[in-house]
Amino acid sequence: MNKVNATLKRVRELARPDRVFDFMVPQESPVDTRHGPILYLEDVSVSFDGFKAINNLNLTIDDGELRCIIGPNGAGKTTMMDIITGKTRPDSGQAWFGSRHNLLSLSEPEIARLGIGRKFQKPTVFEALSVFENLELAMAGDKRVWATFTARLNSESRGRIDEVLDTIGLAQEYRRPAGVLSHGQKQWLEIGMLLMQRPRLLLVDEPVAGMTEQEMQRTAELLTRLAGQQSVVVVEHDMGFVRSIARTVTVLHQGSVLAEGSMDEVSNDPKVVEVYLGAPQEEMA
Amino acid sequence: MMQDVQTTSLFKERSTLLVLGALLVVTVAVTLANLLPQGHPLYVSTFTVSLLGKYLCYALLAVALDLVWGYLGILSLGHGAFFALGGYAMGMYLMRQIGARGVYGNPELPDFMVFLNWHELPWYWHGFSSFPFAMAMVLLVPGALAFVFGWLAFRSRVSGVYFSIITQALTYALMLAFYRNEMGFGGNNGLTDFKEILGADVWAEDTRRTMFIASSVALAAGYLICRAITRSRLGRLCVAVRDSEARTRFIGYRVEHVKLAVFVVSAMLAGVAGALYVPQVGIINPDQFSPLFSIELVVWVALGGRATLYGAIIGALVVNYLKTVFTGVMPEAWLFALGGLFVLVTVALPKGIAGLLRFRQGQARTAASRQEAKA
Ligand SMILES: Nc1ncnc2c1ncn2[C@@H]1O[C@H](COP(=O)(O)OP(=O)(O)OP(=O)(O)O)[C@@H](O)[C@H]1O
Ligand SMILES: [Mg+2]
Repeated sequence: MNKVNATLKRVRELARPDRVFDFMVPQESPVDTRHGPILYLEDVSVSFDGFKAINNLNLTIDDGELRCIIGPNGAGKTTMMDIITGKTRPDSGQAWFGSRHNLLSLSEPEIARLGIGRKFQKPTVFEALSVFENLELAMAGDKRVWATFTARLNSESRGRIDEVLDTIGLAQEYRRPAGVLSHGQKQWLEIGMLLMQRPRLLLVDEPVAGMTEQEMQRTAELLTRLAGQQSVVVVEHDMGFVRSIARTVTVLHQGSVLAEGSMDEVSNDPKVVEVYLGAPQEEMA
Repeated sequence: MMQDVQTTSLFKERSTLLVLGALLVVTVAVTLANLLPQGHPLYVSTFTVSLLGKYLCYALLAVALDLVWGYLGILSLGHGAFFALGGYAMGMYLMRQIGARGVYGNPELPDFMVFLNWHELPWYWHGFSSFPFAMAMVLLVPGALAFVFGWLAFRSRVSGVYFSIITQALTYALMLAFYRNEMGFGGNNGLTDFKEILGADVWAEDTRRTMFIASSVALAAGYLICRAITRSRLGRLCVAVRDSEARTRFIGYRVEHVKLAVFVVSAMLAGVAGALYVPQVGIINPDQFSPLFSIELVVWVALGGRATLYGAIIGALVVNYLKTVFTGVMPEAWLFALGGLFVLVTVALPKGIAGLLRFRQGQARTAASRQEAKA
């Protein structure tokens, strides 16, 4: 009797009109941000041969935020991204992605699959492959060897690629080898490759270095458009660019946070001014 | 939007059809010419048939190397080892077929074991009298070695020149090991004096023709397997790994798995090439493990043109034909000639002989898009 009741209950549960089957729910990334930030670094330190590149760094990024990180050369910005993406292991501290995933216990591909996309300082796209193929490879999905061998491009993924091609403004260039693109176009393609993975958090290292004024403007538009759908962390030296996109700015110096706030607050902070005066090649706008 | 992604099937591709067509024509023509009476002007001797069969085995080996070097960027300088291991597996089968017809007439043991005063067949020789078992070993032994070796190397991210050096060390170590009589593989004489394969006389003309045809079929199959890989998304992934390994990792691929899988496939193909080679030349000895052989093999692929597969076939055939001609005239100078040729092609034809052929789809596409860019 009990059994029958239980079965009935399960059937009723299945037939509930307000309920959708699990497999019909769009696959959300398993990252839990209901109770807090998407990225959380606490007291992270790392040293290379005794040199402290990151020194008790604390950083919190909220879901959907666009955050700019600035700092003089060697401040540890790239190293920080290395830690978040699993490339470098810190000596101490904690790094969490949402409230559920401990980044320090995950490998690089695992972190990438969880939804942290990274754009390198130097643009790296697959030069021998076409723009389309670059995006195709980056697409989220089963990335094991056999699945990759048997993968066929369906109309859905083709649609997704077209969508990203439009977003990054390379729809005209899709069949050209990535190696012949201009510097700016390569940067966008790389951002597009990150978008193909539907990331929750985008880490972008110096996106406008070497770009023309016009390209810079398009990049600013692109990044502001992306924020909101995903969290974006931008490391940049170009103050004009940072000013044009920044809501919150974090200043990194000698491996830890020196100041944090709006662009105006930060640029009037005496500590920040001092650091930048010490490095005269940086123009503080 | 229009799309240019591979939608034609493998068998409609121009390069594939040309390779298969050329192989078919050569195989049929040579076989028929060998069947003509000896005095006929078009007659091709059985010796030449076996020589061509040997070239085809080399071509298959070159294709296997091109898969890992050309596409994946892994320069293996020890691929000769997989070839030799496949060859030894076949050699062991052929030794077991000799039975009591050896010099010592021992029905249980190959001659060299009798000579060493052994009384029992070592455990690892058991099973080799069965052809299917031996053929399984032709695939499994090179595959397993590649798996273990690759697993260790790729997991600890050994790559580039370091990987090349340890593959040289691998083949060198195997050569030294196989030279030792106690290993039970015939020491420096290797395995030879074969009599029968699948009940047929190894030296009979029709057996030789069959082995030549089998080599051609194996080359075609090996080419198709490699081409199926390189034209799939996995093939594009290989190119991505070659051009930027770190990037590939960050977009979520397990680079070491990709490398391992392709390396193992390549090693197995090399093993098959070795297995077909041995009955046609009639001997397998430790010199086949020589580091120099593995380097020569790299030169074939470089000369033919990397990352095209058919370039590797052309390279292997051209270089080995030249080698045959050259060693007949002045053997001492061969290595100099090979080196000179290598330098010449590297300077004058960086894309190898295949670079001269324009039928590759990818190239046509690149050229077209360059024109677009100019316009
Ligand atoms: N793998 C490493 N080994 C040794 N030192 C390193 C390593 N990686 C980074 N460093 C050092 O750590 C410091 C921080 O480097 P990092 O690249 O993070 O700076 P950055 O803020 O990105 O600078 P830039 O603005 O020039 O890109 C530098 O002094 C650098 O030399
Ligand atoms: Mg940096």
